[in-house]
Amino acid sequence: MFGAGGGTSSYKEAEDTDLIILWGSNAREAHPIFFHHVLKGIHNGARLFVVDPRKTTSAQWADTWLGLDVGTDIALANTVAREIIQAGLANSEFINRSTSGFDEYAKSVEPFTLEKGEKLTGVPAELIRKLAHSYAKADRAQLCWTLGITEHHNGTDNVFSLINLALLTGHVGRYGSGIVPLRGQNNVQGGGDMGALPNKLPGFQDVETDAKARLRFEARWGTSIPAKRGWHLSQMFEAMERGELRTLYVIGENPAQSEANVSHAISLLQGLEHLVVQDIFLTKTAELATVVLPASANWVEAEGTVTSSERRVQRVRKALNPPGMARNDIEIICDIAKRLGHDWGHPTAEEVWDELRSLSPIHAGMSYKRLEELGGIQWPCLDENDPGSPFLHGRLWQYPVVGPLAPFTPVEHIPALDTLSDEFPIRLTTGRRLDSFNTGVQSGGFTSPLRKPETLNISPQDMDKFGLVDGEVVSVTSRRGSIHAPVLKDATLRPGLAFMTFHFPDEVDTNSLTIDAWDPKSGTAEFKATAIRIEKITGIQDKAKSSSRAEALT
Amino acid sequence: MNDGIALAIRRSIKITVDGKEVAAPEGSTILQTCRTNGIDIPTLCYLENLTPVNTCRLCMVEVEGSRTLVPSCSRKIESGMVIQTESQRVSDSRKMVLELLASSVDMSIVSPELAGWMERYQVDKERFGPPAAPGQIGGREKTRAGHHHKNDGTSAATVAEPTKVDNNQYVRDYSRCVLCYRCVEACGTDAQNTFAIALGGRGFEAHITTEFGVALPESACVYCGNCVAVCPTNALMSKIEYDLRQVGGWDESKQSITRTICPYCGVGCNLEIHEQDNRIVKVTSPSDHDVTHGMLCVKGRFGFEFING
Repeated sequence: MFGAGGGTSSYKEAEDTDLIILWGSNAREAHPIFFHHVLKGIHNGARLFVVDPRKTTSAQWADTWLGLDVGTDIALANTVAREIIQAGLANSEFINRSTSGFDEYAKSVEPFTLEKGEKLTGVPAELIRKLAHSYAKADRAQLCWTLGITEHHNGTDNVFSLINLALLTGHVGRYGSGIVPLRGQNNVQGGGDMGALPNKLPGFQDVETDAKARLRFEARWGTSIPAKRGWHLSQMFEAMERGELRTLYVIGENPAQSEANVSHAISLLQGLEHLVVQDIFLTKTAELATVVLPASANWVEAEGTVTSSERRVQRVRKALNPPGMARNDIEIICDIAKRLGHDWGHPTAEEVWDELRSLSPIHAGMSYKRLEELGGIQWPCLDENDPGSPFLHGRLWQYPVVGPLAPFTPVEHIPALDTLSDEFPIRLTTGRRLDSFNTGVQSGGFTSPLRKPETLNISPQDMDKFGLVDGEVVSVTSRRGSIHAPVLKDATLRPGLAFMTFHFPDEVDTNSLTIDAWDPKSGTAEFKATAIRIEKITGIQDKAKSSSRAEALT
Repeated sequence: MNDGIALAIRRSIKITVDGKEVAAPEGSTILQTCRTNGIDIPTLCYLENLTPVNTCRLCMVEVEGSRTLVPSCSRKIESGMVIQTESQRVSDSRKMVLELLASSVDMSIVSPELAGWMERYQVDKERFGPPAAPGQIGGREKTRAGHHHKNDGTSAATVAEPTKVDNNQYVRDYSRCVLCYRCVEACGTDAQNTFAIALGGRGFEAHITTEFGVALPESACVYCGNCVAVCPTNALMSKIEYDLRQVGGWDESKQSITRTICPYCGVGCNLEIHEQDNRIVKVTSPSDHDVTHGMLCVKGRFGFEFING
């Protein structure tokens, strides 16, 4: 937030806060142990608001559930903001002292009356008002979100709309008050920390604007670094389409199943001149590769670190020897470097980490020894006497404010790009189930008693409307593809809303339906909002088959 | 559990334990005070991360002026208390508690500490006679209150019944259950808040059960295995461990435990990988780490099979 990409708070704060908002997050299933902290907070008296199109298992714990229409988060946030301002509940002392751009922001939310908000989002005005007043009046409040906010064509703007609310109420920079993006994978945060972003060097140092940092890296690495951002994943696929990107080195990612509009993605991967895949499995992507480099599983077959959603860097350790020819990523990368004419020796994970610490100030104090002793350290940790930072931006509460003011960022409500029409009248959204994970490469390995075959979940009203029964295989069609899937009646859904996961792409290839429109700021695709139609089919009652998938691979 | 800030501002209370003066912050229990001062008190139902339920009566100590023994796990210290943790009365009581349990429950593979306490108090598990024949699976679930019949005195009634194997993740062997209640607490408000299990029945027929005694797959269980993690007697055991034990393949002397981080979502749960023969045979989480407090979800605890291949 405000420069470095990471949540401001510690999980523990959810236990000690007065109000928790889960916005586009079904933490009960997707982040179960974070939800334990939320539950402790609830038992300690905190109120929970859940903003989600589905009445999820998280929403079932909420005081108030706001079931908004998919893709209307900004409209809702702006309506909440206007109500807070109109009711005189904005924290003007904090706004005046610690933020910038309030007037412009206030103007931008002015049209979002409760009535208009209700119309745009489908959430009753009274509930929007309740959220606004409760959040603004709470002594301490945590605002948490997940992919329900970011997997949209305007994911970054969605995030800004929530940060604006925290600034408006002063719910940031204090113990118990903060903004928390819950990361979907065990090292998404760490990937960002380490500079796996098109415009950042490790430690969130900007490759284009921070010339000093770039010079330090150049000096240490003995090479020059182009002062120009690279491509993010969605741009890479576009570059493949233009024929500009012809060689791809994929480490630990399965885009042949995880990309939106996946049949198109597969055809682009197939069109590459050279595809290298380094993974612990022979994934569908690896099957397309020219060269496959078998890697060790970093969390249990190698040494290293990962960073969690509370910015806590923690050690992963080797408990097992990797199977067969699999080797750890550092060895593989160093060997490739050597073949390319650069001898980097055989550094240990700790030596690589120590180099990182010498270049990334926010990690400087995190020696392996200290990480061990303290059970992980939260960045920034500037030197070896620094205990780390359980929460960020306390500076915004100092008199006078130290460092730059926190800017409001006015954002515009732009509805989901895959618009509903007579031809595609149902909104399909996607998510996770408790016992599965992403494309199922890992979670498919264990037999969960909870797991049921993938289904297209629809509301009881729509079941009746289409004359369907549980388990009936239907045809599901979007503007990109068509699949067959069994339907399941799901009372957590409202009429017009359908839900699927992409945990079982081999059985039901959900991503051949999703839209590959992406957020120009983050590169994240709009997995959460697809327009579909559901059609009864006669004569097919067997296992769901993915027609578009079959076509794509032949 | 209280955080460091709250502890720092609490008054220090002085008490006498086994003739020695010790001090602890106001609000501490006798057990916490003793353990911080290096005085060992055996416990069975108590676990740092769970609310004390006072069911096992193993941690009882003698408090001067108190008619009965008091449970040290939940009794808070008061200024000037004089406590005996190992008087004859205390050790007689503990011996009897353990003998009553051992006479009716299979305590052959309990935690090493519990085994140590049984040795310390010279527990004779056949003091009340040889064990009676085992019951039917689910027998206690069918018994109604008041329908328990005293046996003839030649054998000791037991809770023995066949192991419940009804899913691929964990088994329930209630022959080993001492009704410590930890699993119910971990499934309930202390951690998981799923409420899949509770205490059913009365008196000797009291047992841990799902709603209406249904099999786990029909219950509210979400297979987090937090009940398994807190069980002190291995009544709850992962299916992998159970299967290995069945064929004599479970060998803790060949196991190593390594701390790492869960490979799934971004919460960063600490895992302890129990490795045997270069395979993961069990996953636990350290109870003293403030992300998990020893608790995991189904993926973290059971979702490692992809590594074993």
